[in-house]
Amino acid sequence: MARRTPVPRIVLTSVVAWTVGLVIFFPILWMLLTSFKTELAAFSSSPSFLFFHWTTENYVAVWTRSNYLEYAWNSVVIALGSTLVALAISVPAAWSMAFSPTKRTRGILMWMLSTKMLPPVGVLVPIYLLYRDAGLLDTRLGLVIVLCLSNLPIMVWLLFNYFKDIPKDILEAARMDGATIGKEIVYILAPMAVPGIASALLLNVILAWNEAFWSLNLTSSHAAPLTAFIASYASPEGLFWAKLSAASTMAIAPILVLGWFCQKQLVRGLTFGAVK
Amino acid sequence: MATQQTQKLARILIAPSIILLLLWMIVPLAMTAWFSALNYNLLNSVTSFAGLGNYRYFLSNPAFLSSLLNTLVLVGAVLAISAFFGVLIALLLDQVIVGRRVVRLMLIAPFFVMPTVSALIWKNLLMNPVSGLLAWLWRLFGLAPVDWFTQVPMLSIILIVAWQWLPFAVLILLTALQSLDQEQQEAALMDGAGPFDRFFHLTLPHLARPLSIVILIETIFLLTVFAEIYVTTGGGPGVETTNLAYLIYSQALLQYDVGAASAGGLIAVVLANIAAIFLMRIVGKNLET
Repeated sequence: MARRTPVPRIVLTSVVAWTVGLVIFFPILWMLLTSFKTELAAFSSSPSFLFFHWTTENYVAVWTRSNYLEYAWNSVVIALGSTLVALAISVPAAWSMAFSPTKRTRGILMWMLSTKMLPPVGVLVPIYLLYRDAGLLDTRLGLVIVLCLSNLPIMVWLLFNYFKDIPKDILEAARMDGATIGKEIVYILAPMAVPGIASALLLNVILAWNEAFWSLNLTSSHAAPLTAFIASYASPEGLFWAKLSAASTMAIAPILVLGWFCQKQLVRGLTFGAVK
Repeated sequence: MATQQTQKLARILIAPSIILLLLWMIVPLAMTAWFSALNYNLLNSVTSFAGLGNYRYFLSNPAFLSSLLNTLVLVGAVLAISAFFGVLIALLLDQVIVGRRVVRLMLIAPFFVMPTVSALIWKNLLMNPVSGLLAWLWRLFGLAPVDWFTQVPMLSIILIVAWQWLPFAVLILLTALQSLDQEQQEAALMDGAGPFDRFFHLTLPHLARPLSIVILIETIFLLTVFAEIYVTTGGGPGVETTNLAYLIYSQALLQYDVGAASAGGLIAVVLANIAAIFLMRIVGKNLET
């Protein structure tokens, strides 16, 4: 706006905004601080905020003792695997709906969205039993399949949303110049589609990384990702708050950074393109 | 022109998505419907036809009614918190603020924290009645610390879930606010419209659509909150924090009663569909193919 906001007002709103921001961010900050404390200090009933004995022993302990790497590897494989498979299936679909829409396209898109509305708990029993019989319980492949299918509608929607903004005149022009479909895709469409595909990829990695319902119900030890590993700290035997904090910090850090970088794409993806 | 060829190609490209989603939707749902009509327990090798028996059992189970009520309380409270504070915080962040980007990052961060982490951090580090930070804060003001998960279990769950979903509302609403036409704002200002006029006649109508989208999307996710309950209260004390999702889980995987759990599953599907119909209407309007 052209008008300048008076300075006292800026100061006031800034102070209020920072206070609100810090209050909401505080649990994460506190977790970060606790992860550098000794177990004794972490459990102390008179908490210290900065002046405690800083230590990295919790990170070392989590890293070496609890098969942390196996869980982290499961998370990586499941998140990336389900995302890549979903991309391979959804890119062609979104592509064809954006570039050769038919009378049925709208109906198909709405129907796909409706499958996402299905609460997972409604199909927990059959999926569990099918997996048990197929030997897919507690396997990474099993989780990849479930997460891929449950996020597929979001992927198709997001990609469709991006693809339909690609101007079609460019295609016409290329065709006039005698470009084949193959050339059309490689030289013209692919470069324009990359941003859309990248944001669909990011969104899906975030969703899959943080997914807890299927991870908790379909895995136990072999294929358990970080969400399930952290849940194992819920058992009341022994309170390892500092280690819980260290493990949690490592589990959320990559996704937090990723999320911070792609806020805009997230909004678009999570609202099915309704808010840009 | 390659129209015929393109049409054929288009159909081939879209086929895998449709077939997979069709399988994903219909097969398990049909199985759920079938199981819901059976006396089927994993511990019992004899399976027999039950008709509507499971529905009768599930619907007359006092745990079902309280879980339904708990689900509604949880969804309603979190929605109210995230809609009300979401609008307030989004409006606040839309002002001129020193370091706005950093504040924004801090505000949306909880949304990216996996549910098991946020639940356990709140339960232990913050809400523990002896060593939690809230207990320390209470004592600082001379109050007796609250034993959150014993005295107010549902409120505790609501706080944790709201902490995760308020940032989502802020993120969506703020994005929508920033697309509000500046010229319109200027014009209103020129016409001498006060801040309240501008808020009620310009900003709020503009936020109506994103706000309804936030509410509907959150409803769909909140109806099946699971991990937060799983790692904190386990549905207790008693069934005070058992929602529909947790009840179905415990029927199926703790009591192995596939029939009753399936009946509950179908009921959950019906409930979610009610919210879904409204959401699809709003999202569908935006769809110009």
